[in-house]
Amino acid sequence: MNSLDFSIIAQAWPYLWSGLLFSLSLTAAAFLVGMFLGTLFALVQHFELRILSPLVRSYVALMRSIPLILVLFWFFFLVPVVLGHLAGNGRPIPVGATYTAFITFGLFEAAYYSEVIRVGLRAVNKGQFEACQALALSTFDTYRHVVLPQVFRVASPIILSQTIILFQDTSLVYVLSLTDLLGAASKLAQLNGRLVEMYLAVAVVYLIISSAASQFVASLRKKYAIAGAHR
Amino acid sequence: MFGVLLENTMDGQRYIDWLLSGLGWTLALAFFGWWIAFAVGVVIGIGRTVRNPFFGALARLYVEIFRNIPVLVQMFLWYFALPELLPTAMGDWIKQIPPPWGSFFPALWCLSLYTAARIAEQVRAGIEALPKGQAEAAAALGLSGYLTYRHIILPQALRLIVPSLTSEVMGIYKNTSVALTIGLMELTAQARQISDATFQTFTAFAAATLIYLALALIAYQTMMLIDRAVRIPGTAPGKEAVGPQFDDLELESSLPGNMEVVK
Repeated sequence: MNSLDFSIIAQAWPYLWSGLLFSLSLTAAAFLVGMFLGTLFALVQHFELRILSPLVRSYVALMRSIPLILVLFWFFFLVPVVLGHLAGNGRPIPVGATYTAFITFGLFEAAYYSEVIRVGLRAVNKGQFEACQALALSTFDTYRHVVLPQVFRVASPIILSQTIILFQDTSLVYVLSLTDLLGAASKLAQLNGRLVEMYLAVAVVYLIISSAASQFVASLRKKYAIAGAHR
Repeated sequence: MFGVLLENTMDGQRYIDWLLSGLGWTLALAFFGWWIAFAVGVVIGIGRTVRNPFFGALARLYVEIFRNIPVLVQMFLWYFALPELLPTAMGDWIKQIPPPWGSFFPALWCLSLYTAARIAEQVRAGIEALPKGQAEAAAALGLSGYLTYRHIILPQALRLIVPSLTSEVMGIYKNTSVALTIGLMELTAQARQISDATFQTFTAFAAATLIYLALALIAYQTMMLIDRAVRIPGTAPGKEAVGPQFDDLELESSLPGNMEVVK
């Protein structure tokens, strides 16, 4: 057993910090894109739009059935090809691992968020729709001002726990050799040979952030549980 | 399109043999991992509900640690850090385990213990969903704490949580792909190897995707069969909103069960 030397972490901290910032910005971007697309996907299924609805349902089922790492490999391979076709000359356009990660996580998370929102949409009381009709609100206004705000509110604990998992899953960009928190630690570990200290430090950082976020979600859940009792 | 899979590789096999060997490792990891995870998860889940504050805190600590560190980081800790932290002789012995097993066992512990933390939360939710009268009636009949759990609480709680366990089954077979980072040649790793060797990336990934889809369907159908067989009469099909994430919403989906948080 070698003696552990955690002073190495202090030296490595600036690099690890930049990695953590990448993890966080990837999480934030995937959250925004995922929620936006996920809401659209959920609405497409909710309105049972022809052609689009079965397409979206297959997409969601596919994304939820295969491992995220395989999805990352798929997009890393497919995105340049698709962009090449869109550009017209059919030649693959290399986009780099960073953009691939952002695109993949946004599209992948959309599938998971859409499931939450879809179920949330079904949970909205029928009276809400009837009241909107009585007030002569358009379909758009009904969803924009009445239905969706309630869905987001009631589903927010689930959406947030999902986002905590998303934050942990961003570590998988390691397979694309990106420098997220874990990637930074592993690159430094290869240089200084301090694998144990590096990975333990990374584990502690993830643990602190995820636990704190989970506590927050739990308190939120408790608050809504009380509100729900009076509904 | 899949013709390339029947071509011969440099080592005299066919590419499809690579895929099947990858599938074998994936299945072995998911199958054995699941039973270890289930056993540990039930014990920890019970620990979360007993009145003893020591066991309660221990179980909670376990769940917090194993749920809040990414699988990949846990994988690295088991694979890279554990041999260094153990006494030198033991660490060296671990490092000398020959290739497939040297990656397989760390991956197995990692996935089992990670999934166990998630199962524990489901078990706890199942136990807490039971009416208090069950435990009180058992106490009135003079059953000990052990007998109450063994014959009254667990049989009901476990039957209640089958639908939410579906998502954990799906989770563990998908998480097996993380084992490729420590060098286990499971399904995804083999697909990538075929893609590197033949440049038929689309075919290689499509084959792996189809296999994963088939596994998802099989896992889902099996869990539905189990649910139908053991469901407590009177509880609505697939509506047991007892998962820790399912306070006021429950997920239903055509394919992968109610599994909103597992990737």
